[in-house]
Amino acid sequence: MTGSQFGLFGQDPWWLVLLKVVAIFGLLVLLTLFTIWWERRVVSRMQNRIGPNRVGPQGLLQSLMDGFKLAFKEEIIPKSAHVAVFWIAPVISATAAFLAFAVIPFGPTVSIFGVETPLQLTDFPVSVLYVLAIASIGVYGLVLAGWSSGSTYPLLGGLRSTAQVISYEIAMGLSFVAVFLFAGSMSTSEIIVKQEPIWFAVILLPSFLIYVTSMVGETNRAPFDLPEAEGELVGGFHTEYSSLKFAMFFLAEYINMVTVSALATTLFLGGWLAPWPISLWDSANTGWWPILWWLIKVQLFIFMFIWLRATLPRLRYDQFMKFGWKVLIPASILWIMIVATARVFRDDVSVTNQQLLIGGAIIIAVLLVGSWLLQVRADKKQARIDAEQAAREAVPFDSTSGGHPVPPMPGQRFEFTPRRVMAAAGAPAIESNAGVAAPAIDQQEEEQNNG
Amino acid sequence: MNNLGETLVFWICGGLAVIGAIGMLVSRKAVHSALFIAMTMINLAVLYIANSAPFLGMVQIIVYTGAVMMLFLFVLMVVGVDSSDSLIETIRGQRVAGILFGLALGVLLVAFLGTAISGMPDVGLEAANSEYGGNVEGIAHLIFGPYLIAFEATAALLITAGLGAMVLTHRDLWKPKKSQRELSEERFMVGAGHPGNKPSPGVYARHNAVNTPAILPDGSLALDSVPEPVRGRDDSLTVDHREVSEVLELSEGDSFDGNAHEGGAK
Repeated sequence: MTGSQFGLFGQDPWWLVLLKVVAIFGLLVLLTLFTIWWERRVVSRMQNRIGPNRVGPQGLLQSLMDGFKLAFKEEIIPKSAHVAVFWIAPVISATAAFLAFAVIPFGPTVSIFGVETPLQLTDFPVSVLYVLAIASIGVYGLVLAGWSSGSTYPLLGGLRSTAQVISYEIAMGLSFVAVFLFAGSMSTSEIIVKQEPIWFAVILLPSFLIYVTSMVGETNRAPFDLPEAEGELVGGFHTEYSSLKFAMFFLAEYINMVTVSALATTLFLGGWLAPWPISLWDSANTGWWPILWWLIKVQLFIFMFIWLRATLPRLRYDQFMKFGWKVLIPASILWIMIVATARVFRDDVSVTNQQLLIGGAIIIAVLLVGSWLLQVRADKKQARIDAEQAAREAVPFDSTSGGHPVPPMPGQRFEFTPRRVMAAAGAPAIESNAGVAAPAIDQQEEEQNNG
Repeated sequence: MNNLGETLVFWICGGLAVIGAIGMLVSRKAVHSALFIAMTMINLAVLYIANSAPFLGMVQIIVYTGAVMMLFLFVLMVVGVDSSDSLIETIRGQRVAGILFGLALGVLLVAFLGTAISGMPDVGLEAANSEYGGNVEGIAHLIFGPYLIAFEATAALLITAGLGAMVLTHRDLWKPKKSQRELSEERFMVGAGHPGNKPSPGVYARHNAVNTPAILPDGSLALDSVPEPVRGRDDSLTVDHREVSEVLELSEGDSFDGNAHEGGAK
């Protein structure tokens, strides 16, 4: 792969390759430790807590200590486990997570100990496909972990993760297509260079949105963390794992988060290219500075992951699958069709300005008619909801409707039972210790009731 | 070309691919077989990449390892988690014949291809790859140029197969599926039974032993909160109505007629 377009790739001396590999490994492990700490702190802030703040400055060393503790914990392997596969599953997971970073560019060409080299381990004509391929190997870790545990919940978690990752990988792959069309290449370094004037996130916004959605599904993070749904499946595929093997799954999850964030940065946010105000500075895109821009962009995505986790409840499984197959994938395909058509018109068909204007006018007319139709539909729906609301308000609230206590529907008003009203009026009904604070509350409620 | 590196890759990946293929044949568990095939496929992909066909290598992993093999695993796990092949021969002498024929085919292939290919210089790879500016571009030119009809026909065939599978397994719904709201309303209708989880034994009662029936908020006893085997043994704690009424008086301040509500009994 020493063609002209990959000039400096594959030319590194062996010690430089080794240096890059060790640096990427170290960076990923450090980023994992940092991300765990950051996630805990941010989620804490969002929940009005403080979060870990004891070990090291601001609690920064907390995840390191947790890692030590996790590694030294007792290892438990269930009797019904298929031992060989049980062993190999976390290894596959963690290895695949590290491998994907081989083609992520951190910066432009720099000089390391006198050797000119790109800040990227390697690159080849299909490196984005390589990331997809490695991701699909990584799924084996989850599936096999679920199967080999020899227990029901992990198996269900493993099956869910198979279905989920396969479904969302399709949407993910489709969202790349528009990028490939515009960049004219599938190599990560080429794609970044092609984003020099404007990022693909801007001109290919639908692709970007689809990728961002599917990357959350791909990494099994909230609100798409169905494989581990602790309320339904205990811990999902890693229920039976403990000690270092569990730590490897943990590591893999966080590295995958960094990987998909880095890929999003590479494909849509211009990778290591400086963002706008900084890019006015001439040497913003040379030397070692780009690593900083890259890191900031990746951390923005990771913050988004954390924010989602703190904000959104988990989806129901069937809704989640419907969303993937019936919304994301068709939307992707439609968008690719539009992009490809536009490309063909721009590059291969000679269009006069007049034709262009007529085409634009037709599109605007269609959009206007469409939005008018949508508005009519929305109005009808609102009218129906209003009618339902009115109908409900007409029916007096019965707190024991159908035999069981039920809360009032929207529009209905809660009525206390005669006994509660009597108690609130001061009848000596409640004598137990639970009733000590009751009269004051009841009085308040009664006022609301009357008012 | 780095000859030493290529030779090393060939022997390592080739060896692993062969081990995977043999392992697939001899392993008894279906899941292990599937894993061995996956290993063979990944090693073949590495060999493709080493042979300057990076696109083919990646597609091999994404399509075969990532999708096809994963579907196999999925089916294996759903259908029979612990299914293992029985090793009883159904046709006499089948195994011996199989091994013999396999060896013969191997000898044939090695002898024919070996003599045909050995000593041939590799010509034209660089030229073919650089004709359209790279390996990927070359494949794109072939697929969307001379072989467009074959490519489209294959795509149509695959889609037809997919649709066929969906049509054959399709089941018509007799009536529209119930929404979450309808299900919920049904649960709360009169005569539908208890809408939520049944209370566990001992709830609101004076003891939390498994054979103590729970007391419902309205004061009646939920006899079905006691597990059926325990109920069957007929050593449920006898209900002390005095205690029950004491509890109720404490919580409600109502007078309680101990004999009135012994609901929930089946």
